[in-house]
Amino acid sequence: MSKIIEIENLTKTFGKVVGVDDISLSVEQGEFVTLLGPSGCGKSTLLRMIGGFEEPTSGRILLDGQDVTHVPPSKRAVNMVFQDYALFPHLSVGKNVGYGLRVAGMPRREVREKALEALALVGLEDRFDAAPHMLSGGQRQRVALARAIVRRPKVLLLDEPLSALDANLREQMQVELKALHTKMGLTFILVTHDQTEALTMSDRIVVMRGGKIVQMGSPVDLYERPATSYVAGFIGSTNQFRSVVATGPTGPQVQCFGQPISAPAGVAPGQEALFGFRPEKALVQFGEEGGGPDTLRGSVADILYHGQSVRLMIDLGAGEVLVDLPMSGSDGMPQVGDAVSLRVGADKIMVLADEVAA
Amino acid sequence: MNGALRLKRALVLSPPLLWTFLFMFVPYAILLVYSFWQQKYPTFVPAFQFGNYVQIFTDPQYFRVILRTLKIAFFVSLGAALVAYPYAYFLVFRVRKPGLRLMLYMAVVAPLWVSYLLRAYTWKTILGTTGILNSFLMSTGILSEPSSVFLYNQTAMIVTLIYVFIPFMVMPIYAVLEKIPHSLKEASADLGVGRVRTFLSVTLPLSIPGIVAGFTMTFCLTFGDFIAPFLVGGPDGQMIANVIASQFGASLNWPLGAALALVMLMIVLSIITVSDKFERLGQGRFA
Ligand SMILES: Nc1ncnc2c1ncn2[C@@H]1O[C@H](COP(=O)(O)OP(=O)(O)O)[C@@H](O)[C@H]1O
Ligand SMILES: [Mg+2]
Repeated sequence: MSKIIEIENLTKTFGKVVGVDDISLSVEQGEFVTLLGPSGCGKSTLLRMIGGFEEPTSGRILLDGQDVTHVPPSKRAVNMVFQDYALFPHLSVGKNVGYGLRVAGMPRREVREKALEALALVGLEDRFDAAPHMLSGGQRQRVALARAIVRRPKVLLLDEPLSALDANLREQMQVELKALHTKMGLTFILVTHDQTEALTMSDRIVVMRGGKIVQMGSPVDLYERPATSYVAGFIGSTNQFRSVVATGPTGPQVQCFGQPISAPAGVAPGQEALFGFRPEKALVQFGEEGGGPDTLRGSVADILYHGQSVRLMIDLGAGEVLVDLPMSGSDGMPQVGDAVSLRVGADKIMVLADEVAA
Repeated sequence: MNGALRLKRALVLSPPLLWTFLFMFVPYAILLVYSFWQQKYPTFVPAFQFGNYVQIFTDPQYFRVILRTLKIAFFVSLGAALVAYPYAYFLVFRVRKPGLRLMLYMAVVAPLWVSYLLRAYTWKTILGTTGILNSFLMSTGILSEPSSVFLYNQTAMIVTLIYVFIPFMVMPIYAVLEKIPHSLKEASADLGVGRVRTFLSVTLPLSIPGIVAGFTMTFCLTFGDFIAPFLVGGPDGQMIANVIASQFGASLNWPLGAALALVMLMIVLSIITVSDKFERLGQGRFA
């Protein structure tokens, strides 16, 4: 695999505001990379620098080995799907898609063919002559997508492309985007603040905060092994607790809100660290008995019904944790106040690095 | 309850309706009646005949004035558009500071609060033999003595009217340019299109409704103007409104004046109708 994009020490400041802070990142040919982070963390600025819409304050961007740091957007083989779609309101759907090709001097017939081909890829070839304002939001999104891929760019940039769609359509478009990526073999860089979107579509997720990269890796990597409490909290939910590792009768132990459980691998007695476990990783048992080693005892404090599962807030006495209980049918609904025990194996506990102030 | 509501509505609506009726429809109705009357030197008498209209369309004198007025209105609108468009473009896309932008915008629009007469008069002092233009040309040595070619001709009228009516061109163009989303220009660049082509294929087509609106206003305002010809126009500078004014004044031919006024009204109304149709075509684009 070859690197299609190499970003070296890229920084962008707006006056005193730092948008992107010394980021280095490379993207493989054909990869689906997602920039994930809360609003204002610099995702769009990074994407817009790759597209050529913002001039970097310092650093370099290489596209397929060529330095494009100061090349205008019109001369870069990358295309962008804009958040507001940016369809030309005075041109038909087909003319929107063929716009760049036509201006570049391609013969009319060929432009039409290419535009139809791109529209077919997003299932809109029958709306060739429609005006953009006649289309639904989802259809406009597809036209923007068709327009961006019609020239087969080396990299396709997408800035929160699904954020304006309603939930159902968003889920459907996630599947379609992923399918399009696989079918075309293009490199996708997508910006989102939606962790579900990032987890479903990406080959690799880059988590950002305050203009910097906090962690990057595959969705499984980030979910199973978040490096910091910030990542653990941003992607999925995590029960976090701080504890000093102590030596117990069966080996090293940590205190989860006052109750001892086996410590995970990688920490030594005497060390203090931040630990966490995911709500769905705890084994839930009801009743006073239950238990055994590595078990937290408490009672149900609150119940959130999610359909396929219920999320329980468990009062451990010294604190509260969240656990997920799959609803497989026959089990009855738990009640607030029920006694419960949670088995949290050492392999389910994550060690989280301390947060660098950001 | 229903009756009270209806009464309230009637009370609210009746003053403007009455106003419109008294000061718009009644005068036009009077004009229409007069336009069929007949001149009987030294005054005129009631009649029902189309002689005044026939005269307007057969006597080349009136026809020529109407044509000249149309020509001047066209050049004023064209000139105003050519000056206003780059100015509005510069304000919207090049001036980054909102405060400065507002100031430069107001610099063009604020003269609307100054008397029309005063603004037109300004150009008399600029273009006149003792005016600023002559002094400048003499001080730079281009002219050795003051020239009178600048004033009292159609060019002077066109320049003056462009100045007087340019706010009506700047306002709609500014409004329409400001509404064009920035991302459209970025999208055009993204698709490989350079700045000039982006202007020609995106910005300009999207600003046509503003140009049409400005053109229509400037055209109609110029078409009905009679002060600029009076102040800075020459012997060939008479416009239709001057002719109408003289029919109601010195010539004492109200019937012909009324017929001319109605012909003028028809011309202006048809221009507005066409322009309105045109603007409607572009509606819904930003929806
Ligand atoms: N054109 C700009 N002028 C000034 N500040 C900007 C500009 N664009 C972005 N910023 C600032 O840079 C930071 C990152 O913005 P952005 O990249 O848009 O974040 P995100 O896309 O992650 O929400 C924010 O603090 C934002 O206010
Ligand atoms: Mg953004």
